[in-house]
Order: sequence, then structure tokens, then C-alpha cells
Amino acid sequence: MLYDGGKIITGVVIFLILITFPFWANLGKAAYKYPELEKAAQAKECVEATEWMRGNHMQLLDQWRDNVVRGATRVYVSQSGRQFDMSLSNTCLDCHASKANFCDRCHNSAAVAPYCWDCHITEPKGKS
Amino acid sequence: MLEKALSGSKSYWSWVFFLLAVVGVGFVCYLIQYREGLRLTGLSRDVSWGLYIAQLTFLVGVAASAVMLVLPYYLHDTKEFGRITILGEFLAVPAMIMCGLFVVVDLGKPMRMLNIALYPTPNAILFWDFVVLQCYMGLNILIGFTVLSAERKWIKPPAWIMPFIYISIPFAVSIHTVTAFLYAGMPGRHLWLTAIMAARFLSSAFAAGPALLIILALIIRKATRFDPGREAIQKLSLIVTYALIINMFFLSLEFYTAYYSGIPGHQHSLGYLFFGQHGYNALVPWMWASVIMAIGSILVMLFPRNRKNESVLAVTCAVIFIALWIDKGLGLIVGGFIPNPLEQYREYSPTGLEIMITLAIWAVGALILTVLYKIAVGVKEETGGELAPH
Amino acid sequence: MGADRRKFLKLAGLGVLGLGAARPAQAGIFPYPNFPKFPWERERAKTNDSALTAKRWAMVVDTTKRPGRDAWAEAIAACNKIHNVPQVGNVKEEVKWIWTEPFANALPDHEQAYLPEGVESREFPVLCNHCDNPPCVRVCPTKATFKRASDGIVLMDFHRCIGCRFCMAACPYGSRSFNWGDPRRYLDMDHINREYPTRAKGVVEKCNFCAERLARGQLPACVEACQDGALIFGDLEDPSSEVRKILKTRYTIRRKPSLGTGPGVYYII
Repeated sequence: MLYDGGKIITGVVIFLILITFPFWANLGKAAYKYPELEKAAQAKECVEATEWMRGNHMQLLDQWRDNVVRGATRVYVSQSGRQFDMSLSNTCLDCHASKANFCDRCHNSAAVAPYCWDCHITEPKGKS
Repeated sequence: MLEKALSGSKSYWSWVFFLLAVVGVGFVCYLIQYREGLRLTGLSRDVSWGLYIAQLTFLVGVAASAVMLVLPYYLHDTKEFGRITILGEFLAVPAMIMCGLFVVVDLGKPMRMLNIALYPTPNAILFWDFVVLQCYMGLNILIGFTVLSAERKWIKPPAWIMPFIYISIPFAVSIHTVTAFLYAGMPGRHLWLTAIMAARFLSSAFAAGPALLIILALIIRKATRFDPGREAIQKLSLIVTYALIINMFFLSLEFYTAYYSGIPGHQHSLGYLFFGQHGYNALVPWMWASVIMAIGSILVMLFPRNRKNESVLAVTCAVIFIALWIDKGLGLIVGGFIPNPLEQYREYSPTGLEIMITLAIWAVGALILTVLYKIAVGVKEETGGELAPH
Repeated sequence: MGADRRKFLKLAGLGVLGLGAARPAQAGIFPYPNFPKFPWERERAKTNDSALTAKRWAMVVDTTKRPGRDAWAEAIAACNKIHNVPQVGNVKEEVKWIWTEPFANALPDHEQAYLPEGVESREFPVLCNHCDNPPCVRVCPTKATFKRASDGIVLMDFHRCIGCRFCMAACPYGSRSFNWGDPRRYLDMDHINREYPTRAKGVVEKCNFCAERLARGQLPACVEACQDGALIFGDLEDPSSEVRKILKTRYTIRRKPSLGTGPGVYYII
């Protein structure tokens, strides 16, 4: 016997409706599409393979951060043996020149707001 | 037992809503400070800690003072305190919560505060402060609720709580010692670089905390059907008197070392606080007010006739609390930064926003204290304030 | 009924705690030590071939070479420019990495009434001393400020700093500044050094002995700006370095040496 059973069950049902909102409210809408990213002009390949970067650029940047800031090592040797200066603004944005047309596209659609840009320069080559 | 806080008289609810209003205004002020940065406070490159950290320092002392009820009762069977150890424990909890809040509002990047736990640094005294404060707060919540619910059921507290109670005694001393160590280990700050810092902290804590407890006990007797007991209050007043005498004695020791040694570095901060230096004297009236209030209170409290008169006692305890707040919650922290390490005098005064946020956090503490005391008093009114024989 | 509900709540609480602890343990969220995590990662990071290395970097300030007013202006300007140091403009919130002070403020332990006239009027550049036994490092609760093991430079990790300002209280030299507000409001963002980040509101900053320049084989900006060699920079533990040579021939003093901090900035008076 559930005391106040009527109220409890009503509450649970309302909770379930609210918590499954993203699922039933998006029924019939199109599947998630990867945003269109502006490709880098100069280089053919990124620091690492594209798929790997897509999944791991966050960890890579963390590693770069710790190596540069806390260690004395600033040169990254990629899995293919190429060497890069470990710098978000000076290496990554050197090729991916427009943060708005590259980084922000995926970040906005995934509702992620990394605050790297509070400090790191978004236009390393100056205002276009 | 929490339901006891949800029913009360009109004055109870007016008080609660008043506190909530203060908290609300302060919270909005904090949002503004969060967005704009700490530049909205009176803090500066030279006086980088001010009102917020001073409150933390003072309140750690108030929290430690619960031990002044626990130690005599559990170690020395001072029966009078049996009824009111819960009041000490339930004062420590909001005091610790206020300490935590004052740290949060003082941080430049509060969203990163868990870095202290993620990157433990054993050589950093602030890390230990964090650990010890969390432990002591947890201890008091655990002990308070366990003992109270046993009391409600007319049974002895369970045996497993006793080790926690005993360990809370050295912990109380340790939280304030560690907080004193924050200051006493700074090589460039001569006001704080004294071996007696921890002792001063403890003595002023054991005067201010019990003074507040006395006032709260008297309020409880007036406002509820629970009487904390005349004898308990009298014993506490004795503790306050001795602790205050020791505290003022320790202060005089600082003056002796600074001025008899003749070393200018030792004198500069003390001189700034009490006599002003080179025309900078903003804190002089405050410090003298504190000393005069404290000495006056000692003279009053020395006479049993005064201590036994509960109106005189109440007023004197309030004066003592304020005097020690000025000493620790204003003078000590700000004074340590003036003059700065380059021997320059740059003064500090808090801004309105800073004061409002401070008041709001005090209101949070008062609110939690009210709720916890309502619960404790509710239980005691139920059981008639009698403890199970033990 | 009451006892069962209590038991349920206790178990549920423990369960949530347990779940909460499992995930961080799984994800390796405790990143201590930070880098590199796995042995094969060590080959991924190396120093530049041109990097300048030392066992312990130190600096000698030859104040006799700069007797005039504003004598150190170019050194200070060079540092401010390449590090995007915000020019706040008021004493309360100013951010300064290297600046000048009169003798009585820079070297109060050596203050006396009868100083040579030249010394009395001279300006002394003060900066972080990159101590051997730094109190700021000792007190930092997150190791956001740390002494780098490879070369003894006391550095800031702006990503980790929580802005507690304990390091500012601990520093006996007043070398550290806090960003009380957003530093970018005090920078001309069109004319900053784009190769170096700015900082954000809420972190502490100070001189870093130009670690980023040393890594590329360049001397610190202030040292380079003083073309007459008024600032000498080198390895204190290398007997053949410039710094050691000068220390052998000229008498130097340091700020507040009796505090045991072991400062690495020496002054020729």
C-alpha cells in the first residue's frame, strides 16, 4: 500500500515525461548532421589524422598545455614523425585561420564553450 | 527531525524571511562580482586579502569553540554542558559553511576550486586547511545529528559515535592551528611571523565562540521552552573570561617583542594598526576601540556578581564578540599587508558590494544556525531537555 | 516504516557516492603527474634544438650602468610588449612584471642614512627573483606556481591557478600581480604580441624569465633590450657562464637574503 500513492504516481509520470523530453520532442526531425567545416588552406594533413583529431584534439591540447607550461618541451613529434611547435594559436590556428568557420562550427552545434580563447589569441595573424 | 524547522511562530518565519532577503540581495551582488571580477572590491595588489579572508579567519575560531563544550563534558564529565553540547556542534556547522563560502567569493577562479582536491599538494598549508575544515564540518554534522536523534529516542548515543566525538577535540584545535599556520609561515609578513600566532588565534576563538554561545543560549531560553541551564551559562562565562585575559596578554607580548627589540620591521605593521605611520591611520580608531572594549569587558567579567547578572553578561558578551571580530576579522589580516614588502603604505577599505556580500554570507550562516537550533530545541522541548542516563 | 525509509536513503546516498567515485577513477581524471601519462608518449615531446638550457637561471643587474631617470624604460617596455602585460593605470589594480623602485624600497635591508648620492637617486629594477627556495611555490595549494626542475625558473600555470592569492601573500618581494578584472580591457587588442597569449580575469601573474624565449634560443626580452649589457643572464651553476664571471669580480647584493629564499637576481650597486 503506497501512502499518497495517487500523488506519487502522478509525480513520477510527470518526471518521466520531462526527462524523456529530448527524445519525444525531436521525433520525426532529421538526424544530426556534422557541421560543414572550412578546410585549412595550406596543409593537406593536420598534426594527426583527421578522425583521430576529431576524437582526441582535446586530450592532445591538454598534453601540449602541460608539456609547454609545466615542462620545457615545446616540440611535438606526431605519429607520422613530423614536428610541430606545441601552440594552439601559432600552430593550429596557423592553418585553421578562421576560428569562427572551423572551431566554433562544431563547438556551437555540440553546445561546448571552451574558454581557451579568454587568453589564447584567436587571430594570430592579425585582423583580416 | 528536519521537519522541526518547517513549523514555527510568526517571529521565527519573519526572521527566516529577513535572512533570505539579505541572502538574495547579496547573491545578486556576488553575481555582479563574478562577472566583473574582484576589482569591484577594495582589494588591491598590495592588500590582496581583506574582508572575505578575515571573516574566514574569525569564523574558523568560532567553529573551533564547540570544543569548549565538548571537552569538559566528554572528558571531564562536566554535567552542566550535557544539555548544550549540541548547541556548540550546531554552531560549528554554519561557521564552517560560512568559511567555505567566504573562500569561494574570494577566489579569482571559483569554478576551479576543486583543483585543490585534484592536485593535492602536501607542502601547501592551504591544502591542509581545506582537508581539516572539511573533516571538522563533517564530524560536527555527524556527531550533532547522531547525538540529537539518540536524545530524541531517549537512548544513549550509539557507542560508535564516541571515537568521532573524542577525535573532534584535537580536530577543533587543529583547524584553528592550521588556519594560524596560513599566516605564521609567511616570511615577508612581519606582523604574522610570530610563533604565538596559533596561540593567539586559539585564545581569541575560545573567548569569541563561547561568548556567542552564551548570547544564543540566553536567546533560546527567552524564545523557547528549552532552558540551556544557568550553571552551563555561568561555566561558559568563566571560560570566556579566562580566554579573553589570555588573549589580551598575548597581544601585549606582541607589543613587547616589537618595541623592546627595537627592530623596525617588527614594529611597522603594529605601529600602523595602533598608532598610524606616515599619516596612514585608517585602522587606528578601530584597533583602540577593540582593545578598550576587551579590557573593559575583562574588568566587568572579573566580578562574579556581574557574570551572574544575565543582562550584564549578555551585553558584555556582545561587546567581547565585536572586539575580537575587529581584532581578527579586520585588524590582523589587513594589517599584515601594510606596509607592503617594499615598505610602502597602501591602505584598504572594503567597497559596498564587498560588505553586502559579506553580510549575505553571515545571513546564510545565521539561517543555517536558526534551522539547526530550531531542530535541536524542538527535540529538547519534546524530551523535556532531559538526557537519557549515561 | 521509518527505519526502512532511512536505510533506503542511506544506501541510495552511498550508491551515488560510489558511482560518483567510479567514473573519475575510470576516466583517469586525477592527472597527477600530468605528463606524459604513458611511456610511449615520452618520445612525442622534445625541446627545440636551439633552446637555451641551464641548471639554474639567474640574473645580474648592473645598476651602475644606468644612473639616470627612466633608465630602465626600454627593458620594462620590452617585457610589457611581448607578454601583453595589461596597463591598468592605477596603483590599486596594476599588473607589473618588472618595474623600478628607489633604493629604500627595493633593498630596505641595506637602507642607511649615508648612501652615495648616485645610489640615492638611482632607480632599481625589481622583478620576480626566481628564488631557489620560493615561499610562493611552497604555499600554492594546486602547484599552479612551481619551480621547474630542469632549470629552476619559477613559473605560473595559468590554467590551474584558482586565484586564491596565497602566493601574493607569501612573496616577500611583492613580485606578483593579480588580474582583478579582465586584462583585455587594458590592452590594445589590435597591437598585442600575437605570439603570446594574454591572461584572463582571476589569475596571478609575474615575470617568467621569458621561458618561452629561452625555449627558442633567445635571451629574456629585458636582457636583450639592454644593449649595453646592464642585465646579465646566465646559468648560476655553470662556472663559465657570464653570470658567474661577473659574480666573481663584482660584489653583489640580493633583496632580503636573510629570509632564506635564495633569490636569483643579484644587484651591482
